[in-house]
Amino acid sequence: MASASPVRAPVLIVGAAMGGLRAAEALRKSGYAGALTVLGEELHAPYNRPPLSKEVLSTEVTHAAVAFPSRAETADVTWMLGHRAVAFDISAHTVTTDDGRNHDWSALVIATGLRARRLPGLPELPGRHAVRSLDDAMALRKELIPGARVVVVGSGFLGCELAATATRLGCVVTVVTSSVEPMIRPLGHMLAAALRARLEEEGVAFITESSVESLTSHEGRLRGVVVAGGDLIHADVMIEAIGSDCNTEWLEGNGLDLSDGVLADNALRVALADGGILNDVYAVGDIARFPNPMFDNVPRRIEHWNIPTDTGKRAGAVLGARLAADGSFEQAVAKPFAPMPSFWSNQFELKLQAFGLPGLADPDGISILEGDLDGNVAVGYHRNGRLIGVVGVGLKAALLPYRQQIAAGS
Amino acid sequence: MVEGFSVIKVDVDMDTCQNYGQCVFEAPTIFRLNDDEKLEYVADADDDLREAVEAAIDVCPMQAIRIVE
Repeated sequence: MASASPVRAPVLIVGAAMGGLRAAEALRKSGYAGALTVLGEELHAPYNRPPLSKEVLSTEVTHAAVAFPSRAETADVTWMLGHRAVAFDISAHTVTTDDGRNHDWSALVIATGLRARRLPGLPELPGRHAVRSLDDAMALRKELIPGARVVVVGSGFLGCELAATATRLGCVVTVVTSSVEPMIRPLGHMLAAALRARLEEEGVAFITESSVESLTSHEGRLRGVVVAGGDLIHADVMIEAIGSDCNTEWLEGNGLDLSDGVLADNALRVALADGGILNDVYAVGDIARFPNPMFDNVPRRIEHWNIPTDTGKRAGAVLGARLAADGSFEQAVAKPFAPMPSFWSNQFELKLQAFGLPGLADPDGISILEGDLDGNVAVGYHRNGRLIGVVGVGLKAALLPYRQQIAAGS
Repeated sequence: MVEGFSVIKVDVDMDTCQNYGQCVFEAPTIFRLNDDEKLEYVADADDDLREAVEAAIDVCPMQAIRIVE
């Protein structure tokens, strides 16, 4: 690198989804006016993913329907879309993209998120789907026609939403899951069993504690799904909603702790496996594993909708202070950051909303706070006697005091 | 926005809004849930509140809020 050059390499944000967008906006808001490039694998400008399994899938799927509004402060950001990062060199300060080009950076924000996990060992057949991207949703939408027989594999929130949406579109839907009840891991048995009953009333069939053994096909297209024990379910469409994997392979070989996402500190600065902290490399969104003092000092990845926004803003502000070089960096790092995890899920008329981390509850720490399981209900999740999560069905404003209780800790 | 104008226009698509109330936490002087748990909001906000309104836009699960420029 020519030391005479006064031009610094750009700040590079790898990942052009919600987390990358919020980081770019926050960096600009912090006063950073230098070069800023956002690299994204998808060709679409940043958009909102949750409607892809809900509202948008029920109608026509378009980018316009889900795009985030672009803001004045990011008008001069360089967007390099359609390029996937394949390698990263921490000492050379470069990122390599799939077209073989190297991109220099003065600071890096890692925002590459997740990809849908696929069922291993099955043939690639038309009719197999996963829903992570807008293109995925567009491809699936075409096949969700009335009368189509749909198998949803996996019974997390995404699987249950897809089952509900497909049923509403007139499809005949069977959920195949390894779990005892849908959504059991975050919700616990009591609420999960109640929700399953309500989904069954709406016409969704469940095959629990099972798995997909093989597929049958006819003229090169999916025709059926064989589950454990040998039963065949006729299927025109199979949607795989069995979870996600972190897009972190491109970061390997640089001493980062990639054991589960990207380890970072509370300021979202990336941590090295040897304990060091990088002041110029940040991780945001679903793949950032960071400690949240609202709960404890254990670094965790949180795959909730609000987290890319909260972590993107946080990383942008801290990095902005670092680049300002005006002495505000330590202060920015020390600023309290304890984002409230929140998510919601719509399944038929069931409107779920959750705050906190219900999945951390003690086994005997789950109880009804108000209402009853057949109707509107708020379920509380406690750890060591403290409320750490709440899930509401059909309740909204009523949940807000519980949200405050979780935030306050004790 | 017109130079020197210190008011922003807030718009919520009430067909899209599901009354989750996340905006209330970010901009409590603009948004509130009424006794029927329905969202109410002030359409004209001082430009000082732009950042708070943008934060409310960011946290809206339905992405139903916008600033009309």
